[in-house]
Amino acid sequence: MRRIKLSQILTYFLLTIWSVIVLFPIWTLLVNSVKPQKEIFRDPFGFPKNFTLDGYKAAWSTGRFDLYFTNTLIVTIISLTLILLVGSMAAYALAKWKSKASNFLYVFFIAGLMIPIRLGTIDLVRLIKTLNLQDTIWSLIPVYVAMGMPIATFVLTAFIKELPNEMFDAAKVDGASEWQIYSSIVLPLMRPALATVAIFNMIKIWNDFWFPLVFIRSEESRTVALGVSLLFGQYRTDWTRALAVLSMAAIPLLILYVLLSREFIKGLTAGAVKG
Amino acid sequence: MSQMISSGKRNAGLFNNENRRKITWMLFLLPALIIYLTFMAGPLFDSLRLSLYTGEGYNPTKFVGLTNYIDLFTNPLWRGKFFGAVLHTCIFFAIHMIVQNSLGLLFANLLASDFKGRDVYRTIIFAPATLSVLVTGFLWTLILNPQWGAVNKILIAMDLKSLALPWLGRKELALPIIALVSSWQWVGMPTVMFLAGLMGISEELLEAARIDGASEWAIFWKIKFPLLKPVVGIVAILTFVDNFNAFDVIYAMAGAKGEPAYSADLLATLFYRTGIAGEHPVGIPNMGMGAAIATMTFIILMAGVLLWLYLSRRQSPDES
Repeated sequence: MRRIKLSQILTYFLLTIWSVIVLFPIWTLLVNSVKPQKEIFRDPFGFPKNFTLDGYKAAWSTGRFDLYFTNTLIVTIISLTLILLVGSMAAYALAKWKSKASNFLYVFFIAGLMIPIRLGTIDLVRLIKTLNLQDTIWSLIPVYVAMGMPIATFVLTAFIKELPNEMFDAAKVDGASEWQIYSSIVLPLMRPALATVAIFNMIKIWNDFWFPLVFIRSEESRTVALGVSLLFGQYRTDWTRALAVLSMAAIPLLILYVLLSREFIKGLTAGAVKG
Repeated sequence: MSQMISSGKRNAGLFNNENRRKITWMLFLLPALIIYLTFMAGPLFDSLRLSLYTGEGYNPTKFVGLTNYIDLFTNPLWRGKFFGAVLHTCIFFAIHMIVQNSLGLLFANLLASDFKGRDVYRTIIFAPATLSVLVTGFLWTLILNPQWGAVNKILIAMDLKSLALPWLGRKELALPIIALVSSWQWVGMPTVMFLAGLMGISEELLEAARIDGASEWAIFWKIKFPLLKPVVGIVAILTFVDNFNAFDVIYAMAGAKGEPAYSADLLATLFYRTGIAGEHPVGIPNMGMGAAIATMTFIILMAGVLLWLYLSRRQSPDES
């Protein structure tokens, strides 16, 4: 009995220490973004005494964060829609078409889980230039959709394979075509798996910095991540503004995470933990 | 021809049922395939081809065979940077393996028992994984700032002034510190994966061992860890792939040159400077050489993944 108690105390002790190590930086980020610089240096950990939104205002007006948010939102939503649509169609064929071709294509798609798309960047730069998409947000979308294919086919194919075969047989007996089965049976049933794929890709796309850095120069096409990197460089010595910029980038996903932490954890580990 | 042999049906025309089914399935696959081929697989393989060319700017057109690779391995202009980047990337990966994954295993074990507040701890441990890597990197540069940063303020307050170092300014410190920050961010991933593995181990097995008087330590190493081996493999390969590709956190904390003095320069930052941004002060990318660096990274990744496939098949020959 005593041993169990001791081990429980140790569990709480270790987990609490780590929780402090995790929460402390996030706390200093958020709380200091609403303090004047002097107060940050004097009292970096306490609640704000001279509450100010100057950092946010400055970032919003000089950095045009309204634009960056709109751009990032457009890119994320269109990319996610396409990933889910195109990925679920492919997954349906990969799961239900029994043939050598589909087995091969399955492996071909899944291989992308292990090979980062960034290694093809040199050629992508040339391709985007050829398509005349450079320096626009439209350059990002096809790349993100391609990047999302491996995880989408992996998770969704596994999900469709788990569905009971009788259901498909019954629909076929009733004379339903593959398209009808896909759109009226598979898609609605697949919602939880689609959510997992959507969350995984949403986090990757929203936070992606590499492709905006490579493809985009002009202000009108910047995403949040790119805006953050440029503004942080400018504000390096003005901590209120720097922290406000970082907070603005972090807050949307942090709020979603607090609301949907279970789904987030499932989504982000989807590549490794099946289902 | 093949459909006539394989189907062997009497009405073996172009639009028989068998063919129509094939066409339907191909239509389902086509959009995904086109996008995946055009924007992922194609560029990856074309990058391999480009590594055999040279020429400034966006059109390396002059075929030079293996010259880029020979330069990379022997030319003093490249050799030091390239092998430095390989070494740093290995160190970066090793620190993640040791720190991030050991902590993940520890936390998973703690979380596997049933107690109040378990989900809260799990949520907290995982939280940094949802932050952008860039934001994490920038945030920690402020926290580690030698003069105003929180870490040194705490150290000074604890009377440990001698430990209050310029963490990111020292050649021997920058890379390990950045790897630790990155481990801080990603420790939730192995935690959740190991936790899923531990939950799959039958409680009766553990109870039986306890009744036989086995200590928790022995139970962990003799029962849990061997059963977790497949998960260990997956965690290891994901850590490998992610970190041989790491860029954002270095860019945020050490700049595109992996400062100070290239001490935190990884393969991805070298790739970026060489093939995309162009090395200061010229500012013109050398795409052929960049492609060669990408190809070397690709080869290292493939070698690691194949080794992992080989080892994991040998361990469980009955699973395909």
